[in-house]
Amino acid sequence: MAAKLIPTPSQTVGPFFSLGLDRPEWNDLTRGHPQGERIVIEGRVLDGDGAPVPDAVVEIWQANAAGRYAHPEDPQTDKPLDPNFRGFGRVATDAEGRFRFTTVKPGPVPGRGNSLQAPHINVLLLSRGLLIHLHTRIYFDGEPANAADPLLSSIEDPKVRGTLLARREGSSQSGSPAHYRFDIVMQGDNETAFLDL
Amino acid sequence: MASEPLPYARPRPGTQPPVLYPDYASTQKRAPKRAPLRLEHTLSETTGPVFEDGWAGPDSTDLTRQHKGAPLGERMILAGRVLDEDGRPVAGTLVELWQCNSAGRYHHPVDQHDAPLDPNFTGAGQAVTNTAGEYRFLTIKPGAYPWRNSPNAWRPAHIHLAVFGPAFVTRLNTQMYFPGDPLLAYDPIFQSTADAQARERLIAQYDPALSEPEWALGYRWDMVLRGRHATPLDPA
Repeated sequence: MAAKLIPTPSQTVGPFFSLGLDRPEWNDLTRGHPQGERIVIEGRVLDGDGAPVPDAVVEIWQANAAGRYAHPEDPQTDKPLDPNFRGFGRVATDAEGRFRFTTVKPGPVPGRGNSLQAPHINVLLLSRGLLIHLHTRIYFDGEPANAADPLLSSIEDPKVRGTLLARREGSSQSGSPAHYRFDIVMQGDNETAFLDL
Repeated sequence: MASEPLPYARPRPGTQPPVLYPDYASTQKRAPKRAPLRLEHTLSETTGPVFEDGWAGPDSTDLTRQHKGAPLGERMILAGRVLDEDGRPVAGTLVELWQCNSAGRYHHPVDQHDAPLDPNFTGAGQAVTNTAGEYRFLTIKPGAYPWRNSPNAWRPAHIHLAVFGPAFVTRLNTQMYFPGDPLLAYDPIFQSTADAQARERLIAQYDPALSEPEWALGYRWDMVLRGRHATPLDPA
């Protein structure tokens, strides 16, 4: 077997990434009017001092409302693809470290073995000061499927588990999408649970 | 049917930078302190956004023709392939590029370096790799510039590139450097990767065959993404 090539090392996106990565419209995954419950997720990115991180990018990847990924390797042909949903989004933080995106609530997707993963959104965080991006996931607080989710149930400390839960906010008016809050704390006591993938 | 996706390989020790690298001061308040939770790959990790149908918009590969006039600086071609660890081309994936101008100044409001902006240079481009995994940009060689990481610190000339690959876990955000640059030895961002062979991946090669006579210098640079983990059934 031929020797493997060494993958290219990651380097920080630095403070000027908006030149190359700015896609203002990519914060709305519902542009094509996909099926499913429309939701808004907003939060802040905070550093080890609790200060807002104004130069971060949040990228998200998720299944559609039926729980299928728009990707050739998703074998779940029993679930429908939604031609109006790609499942990918990107949003940069503002001067107060805030981000906000609109999407549809994903369906549950299979895990390893015979497990089922609760609805979740995969998150990748880039910023100045990050030499390599961070991975985490957004789950939904109060979702019954969370109890059997392999990742959530593997986390013993409820405080750490809680960092992966987006919390429903306020009472949304009829017709407007549900709002969820999800902060990303890069360092410190309330540090988000990041994933080694 | 239970789906058991083939996982992607994990990096060998030292071949990627750590989250905390104190010489790069901005890592100190942004590096998580807790060890990340190891997760075996599921469909959520082995799938990722698809770009080969032009979803990200048209390619923009000539950074020297985005304005009325020609930008100042050394014209250069940056070309190469996106590969996996087995040397297989990664076709149809999005490559995004950004850089400063030849004087070392970014077209960005946060950049206040006392060097001139070039009205004929923005410094951003994008391309989707072809079936051979190839990409090609025409641009201007970026300049070095000072930064406030430590007294009298200068970033070596570099071009930022971001690429997706076939899965959410193959995402790569990196920087390309130029061969023989004396600033590399002093740059904590470049030096943050411990493995010298891995660091070499970040340096493009001057390629006379890629240079175009009377027109532009050619630099060749391949990007290597994480590959699929060999299964126990694979022949050794």
